[in-house]
Amino acid sequence: MSQASAVTRPASEASASHGPGGTVLSAILSRLVIVVPYLWLLVFFLAPFAIVFKISLSETAISMPPYFPVFSWEDGLSGFWENVKELSFANYLWLVDDPLYFNAYISSVVIAAISTFLALLVGYPMAYAMARAPSSIRMVLLMLVILPFWTSFLIRVYAWIGILKPEGLLNQFLMWAGVIDSPLQIMNTHTAIYIGIVYSYLPFMVLPLYATLEKMDFSLIEAAQDLGCPPISAFWKITFPLSLPGVVAGCLLVFIPAVGEFVIPDLLGGSQTLMIGKTLWNEFFGNRDWPVASAVAVVLLLILVVPMMFFQRAQARSQEQER
Amino acid sequence: MKSLGSIRRSFAPWNDPQARPYISFQNVTKRFGDFTAVNDLSLDIYEREFFALLGASGCGKSTLLRMLAGFETPTSGRILLDGQDLAGIPPYKRPVNMMFQSYALFPHMTVEANIAFGLKQDGMPKAQIAERVAEMLKLVRLEQFAKRKPHQLSGGQRQRVALARSVAKRPKVLLLDEPLGALDKKLREATQFELMDLQQDLGLTFVVVTHDQEEAMTMADRIAIMDKGKVMQVATPAEIYEAPSSRFVADFVGSVNMLEGTVTSRNGNSVVIKGNSGAQISVENAGDAAPGADVAFAIRPEKIRVTSKRPETAANAMEGEVWDIAYLGDMTVYHIKLGDGQVVKASALNSARVSEDPLTWSDRAWISFAPDAGVVLTR
Amino acid sequence: MQGKLSRFNITALVLGFAFLYLPIVLLVIYSFNDSKLVTVWGGFSTRWYASLLSNHLLLDAAWVTARVAFISATVATVLGTLAALALVRYTRFRGRFLFSGMVFAPLVMPEVITGLSLLLLFVAVGLDRGFLTIVLAHITFTMCFVAVVVQSRLMSFDRSLEEAAMDLGATPFRTFIHVTLPVILPAVVSGWMLAFTLSLDDLVIASFTSGPGATTLPMRIYSQVRLGVTPEINAVCTLLIGVVTIGVLAAAIVNKRRDIQRQRDEQAAAQAN
Repeated sequence: MSQASAVTRPASEASASHGPGGTVLSAILSRLVIVVPYLWLLVFFLAPFAIVFKISLSETAISMPPYFPVFSWEDGLSGFWENVKELSFANYLWLVDDPLYFNAYISSVVIAAISTFLALLVGYPMAYAMARAPSSIRMVLLMLVILPFWTSFLIRVYAWIGILKPEGLLNQFLMWAGVIDSPLQIMNTHTAIYIGIVYSYLPFMVLPLYATLEKMDFSLIEAAQDLGCPPISAFWKITFPLSLPGVVAGCLLVFIPAVGEFVIPDLLGGSQTLMIGKTLWNEFFGNRDWPVASAVAVVLLLILVVPMMFFQRAQARSQEQER
Repeated sequence: MKSLGSIRRSFAPWNDPQARPYISFQNVTKRFGDFTAVNDLSLDIYEREFFALLGASGCGKSTLLRMLAGFETPTSGRILLDGQDLAGIPPYKRPVNMMFQSYALFPHMTVEANIAFGLKQDGMPKAQIAERVAEMLKLVRLEQFAKRKPHQLSGGQRQRVALARSVAKRPKVLLLDEPLGALDKKLREATQFELMDLQQDLGLTFVVVTHDQEEAMTMADRIAIMDKGKVMQVATPAEIYEAPSSRFVADFVGSVNMLEGTVTSRNGNSVVIKGNSGAQISVENAGDAAPGADVAFAIRPEKIRVTSKRPETAANAMEGEVWDIAYLGDMTVYHIKLGDGQVVKASALNSARVSEDPLTWSDRAWISFAPDAGVVLTR
Repeated sequence: MQGKLSRFNITALVLGFAFLYLPIVLLVIYSFNDSKLVTVWGGFSTRWYASLLSNHLLLDAAWVTARVAFISATVATVLGTLAALALVRYTRFRGRFLFSGMVFAPLVMPEVITGLSLLLLFVAVGLDRGFLTIVLAHITFTMCFVAVVVQSRLMSFDRSLEEAAMDLGATPFRTFIHVTLPVILPAVVSGWMLAFTLSLDDLVIASFTSGPGATTLPMRIYSQVRLGVTPEINAVCTLLIGVVTIGVLAAAIVNKRRDIQRQRDEQAAAQAN
């Protein structure tokens, strides 16, 4: 049911209603459609970041709230100015001084990057196989990939504890099979975290990859083979480049949240595994140091801003292509 | 020139100086960014006309229709309906209804609900709606399908539902965007006549957008041929075919031969044209051709007679070689190559089972035609 | 274009799905383990399910979680649908770039940052933490997922349906209610289900933004897991998995039935002509 008139009608510039002006009510309603979610996001998403920044410039205090200064309406304009003068970048200097934080950031980025790569290794063949499957079972396969996602993330990570611990099922199986003599120490290592992240974020990698691969015209591969190109070469020269948008989307969808991941390093990693999400949590809940936690958050945001903008751009581009 | 009216000879409001056009486009321009879809277009459509906008894709015909429906706003110019300026009136307030190319039937509603939709928006009482819906179903012969949903119908049935839905509100003007495009050939022919009958019975003004010449020629009272956002000619099908006003129009509808040359002399409505090979023809319907002008004589293949010997009483005759023959069963199309290299198409009905004068490839042949068999075109 | 899958492809699928489902399967099996130890199979038993019924902490938390999820999913669906409409239908308005950024950012934003920032907002405003704050937080981060799902559906939506409705006299508002919404309803519903699941599942954001009396099930499970793995947790998890699986399967079966019926109708119509 295509829109033939779209051939002669490039993207319209008109913003609100179709046609020239509507009734006053319809104009108001169309404004509301934009304004209501916009306001909500401004208040509950954007404004909080400003507050985080402000807190990161504050000092910790034994009070409620546990930071100083506290802006309040009663202070008036002069009081406001007094409070502003109390703000400082001391927390940021603290972050720079203590190598713990720097290491945590680096470690988080590295772990996230490795996990993303592993997720790509595991997810790509799955997505490819799904895209090549006969269309009758494709839907079923898709559902099977999504189903674990609908079940609890916490539960699934927790399940891995039972498998990976020294007395866990994996070691039991391997020893029973005679592959190893003594239990492997996987729990509380980076390996456990890789497994955890790949496991939890796999649907996020598979779905965009599948969406891109599904649209691909596989007769291109046949044409390449007909022209003398061996299958593996055809994959690298044709399939992979064409699937790149899906690869980028999947990697970003895994990498960015993985950098700040908390649950997985907390449950599966140990004291050796440094990830910034855990550090932030500890600062906040453990040390009750809200200002430092806020500074950690701000720096993390700054690190992630560039990949997030890539993600934004990729989303916008795929939107344009669909039009 | 003799009057070439519509088939309905008595119906020709465009010739009546007293008649006021029902729909009027006045210097309408529509731009999308850098692209000009409709370029300073002026057009009048009269009440009860079956009007066709004919052109290739991208010529602006759909944009024009959508501006009339209210889905696009003219960048400049006015559109008047029954004397009223439509500017600022949204589509849901215009007394115009449209039948969409894709039918746009609401998939979650039954046939009945689809047809009743427009009536509900007007706040018509339920009993009246039911009556009108029943009337519409009878009109398009879909009474037994009332409770079905669109996906339970065939393509032709869906088209009829779309039609019924668009006339349910008895609009004064019905716009049809490529109404027959999705139908197969047989169904298309039958539906063409159905649409014409419907238009007559209901007394509506139809504006049809199509790229199919046959469709336009069959159904319309008048056709506007459009190209690149402009109207090239507005006339009855007969006028467009027999008296095209430009090379573009002549070439657009049906096949045509363009005999090129220069006017050597003019006498009243007749001119003598000298071709590049030196051959001269004497023709009428000279239009505004003046001596010395470069012109083309546009003549349709069926107006040219092909003989193996020079015809004795022909006003214009030229000799050539049979370059190609296409035997189509009901007629034969000859491609005759003239002395100067021009290839002329001439078609002849095979009215007798056995031809008396069979020609074959490479034979010498003569083409001939009457002085008024075509028109002289300067543009 | 597709035919039989190569052996490589089949292997990839089997291994991949095994990887995905093995932990879940093991979890379910061991919830019926009579022994408290994960390593020893003590025989089939449902005692952990029985003891669940008397575990008030877990049950209360489950009730809180269910209410939070239901309310936040519903509001998030409304907001997310509006946001999707705004993004798809209005190509130019002031601040569109910012708006689009705000809608997509939570998709990838680490939860610790979202949680922390929302908590600080509530403290700064003086809003007591509890049921309301968790709901507000969940609405904020789940509405973006709804927006993505609905937006994807809206992009493939046939605009001529809306034009037809307006042509027949329906105002843009009426057109949305009577034509657009019914047609995109499946996408809106799956958006709701997605928001519901995300809320049900959330640990980090809830930890930051909850207060006394509003402990969610993930929070409860997490605190118990830190103390030690008990099979009761397995039982809870199995129940949750069971509920979700049944729900998703039911939805899938209903859809499949509807599709088959639809195909049959179309074939019948085509043949009848």
